[in-house]
Amino acid sequence: MNPAPSSTFFTAPPDWGWLVTLYFYVGGLAGGSYFLAVLIDFFGRPADRPLARLGYYISFPCIVLSGILLTLDLQRPERFWHMLIESNTFQPMFKYWSPMSIGSWGITLFGLFSLVGFLSALSEEGRIDWPRVRLWRPPAPLGAVLAIIGGLLGFFVAGYTGVLLAVTNRPIWSDTPLLGMLFIISAASISASLMLLLAERSRWTMPGVRALHQLDGWVVLLELIVLIALMISLGPVFRAWLNAWGVLLFLGVIVLGMLAPLALFWRRDLLGERNLVGSAVLVLIGGFLLRVVIVFSAQGV
Amino acid sequence: MAEPMGFYTDTTVCIGCKACEVACKEWNQLPSTNGGQNTLSGDSYDNTRALDGIHWRHVKFVEQFTDDRKDGRWLLMSDVCKHCVQAACLEVCPTGAIIRTEFDTVVIQSDACNGCRDCITACPFGVIEINPASGTAQKCTLCYDRLQAGMQPACSQACPTQSIQFGTIRELKQRAAKRVEQLHQIGEKRAYLYGADEKMLGGLNSFYLLVDKPEVYGLPPDPKMPTRNLSVASWLHGLGAILVGLIGVISFRNRGSAADAVEERP
Repeated sequence: MNPAPSSTFFTAPPDWGWLVTLYFYVGGLAGGSYFLAVLIDFFGRPADRPLARLGYYISFPCIVLSGILLTLDLQRPERFWHMLIESNTFQPMFKYWSPMSIGSWGITLFGLFSLVGFLSALSEEGRIDWPRVRLWRPPAPLGAVLAIIGGLLGFFVAGYTGVLLAVTNRPIWSDTPLLGMLFIISAASISASLMLLLAERSRWTMPGVRALHQLDGWVVLLELIVLIALMISLGPVFRAWLNAWGVLLFLGVIVLGMLAPLALFWRRDLLGERNLVGSAVLVLIGGFLLRVVIVFSAQGV
Repeated sequence: MAEPMGFYTDTTVCIGCKACEVACKEWNQLPSTNGGQNTLSGDSYDNTRALDGIHWRHVKFVEQFTDDRKDGRWLLMSDVCKHCVQAACLEVCPTGAIIRTEFDTVVIQSDACNGCRDCITACPFGVIEINPASGTAQKCTLCYDRLQAGMQPACSQACPTQSIQFGTIRELKQRAAKRVEQLHQIGEKRAYLYGADEKMLGGLNSFYLLVDKPEVYGLPPDPKMPTRNLSVASWLHGLGAILVGLIGVISFRNRGSAADAVEERP
């Protein structure tokens, strides 16, 4: 008998499948693009306002989709509200030590802030005639406060899923504390890539696009470093990736989703005008494959 | 609160009759597997395979034989929820569906569970699963309804060899310690108690007398609480946010002297 490298190998998988994997991705986009929108609102130039609006436009539908995916994944979806309200007492249900409990509240609250950003972006563009809503976005003082709180919540939503996985007893997930860090960095890279793709589609060339591209390159490099640190931190549990999942992690996530985009970031002549689109698409694919590998490989052990 | 109650399972007297499994299924009205169309596992006499949402008792069969099968032994163990004093499932459950009863046992309230499956990931013993009939996570309740009526759990009542013993934890520990001593005296020096002391998750309210390593019985040698990672993972999550924030600020501050004009082409 091959001895188990960790006591986590005696646990049962929760059968979290594609809905959860998709949620990890879409939730990352929701939090990451909101944070980037706030960043652009605070540190961008007036010319970058459309880019920030793009972030708010991505964030809100994504957080709504996140809620739908999570509800559908429940075995009893009609009881989704039990996450927030204790069904026996109708008192608020909150456990600060349970990432899923904090996450339920985080998604709910972030949804409200994301809606505010979404509406203010629509108003600024003149798509809805609610002028007062524009005050809910920087540089208005109220908007600045809302953006800071929403940005922090966005960061939380983008990465708490990794902490949630760490606070289990499953192999890989609970054998490293780095998943939260990896997910939040990955959320930033896929969000920046999606915003870059959509900006490129509209052929925007404002300075913020260049800054976002630069950000994406450095974040992908950071993501690669954290992923390598994560693999080292697994110790003997790393053998759980000595299979097809490990191949997908290496080829799909590291080579295709990180090294290839990094090459495109620093060698602008590789694909010429298609460099930006190419790197953004690869980062988006790599980010999805990363979540596929993390979610499914730990349940196949 | 009543005195903590639980199980002491002496695996050395288990005969693998599965009366405990049947009694549990019958009392708790648990459905059969796959509508009764069960298949043989090929793993000794174990066709239950594992604890799950509709198998709250599982008799494990471990065959330890030499290749020519001239020498060997059977290890038999009736497995069940450990009703941990520090219960991982109860700790992470986001709906409050998992409670600790007045008997210090751990029970999932099926009417409150929404099937998120966080408890399944948390349980260090792989005890909990979804019951497809209810769509909720389920496991042994240590016959909470019977305990409230002053009865003992169905499995321990049905056990014909007293391998599964029910009682107060204090009394069970005394009984188990004597049995280990007895086994040592007659030459079975490998006998020891698994989960009887507080080092393992504060103590297991269902503990075992074993004669081989825990792994041989499919038990984790060093079960831990899932929240052991909460603090450091949260700090690293925060550090990731700070690093991304710094990269963001630097990227948007150091982007040269590009023109301010909006270049938004139609």
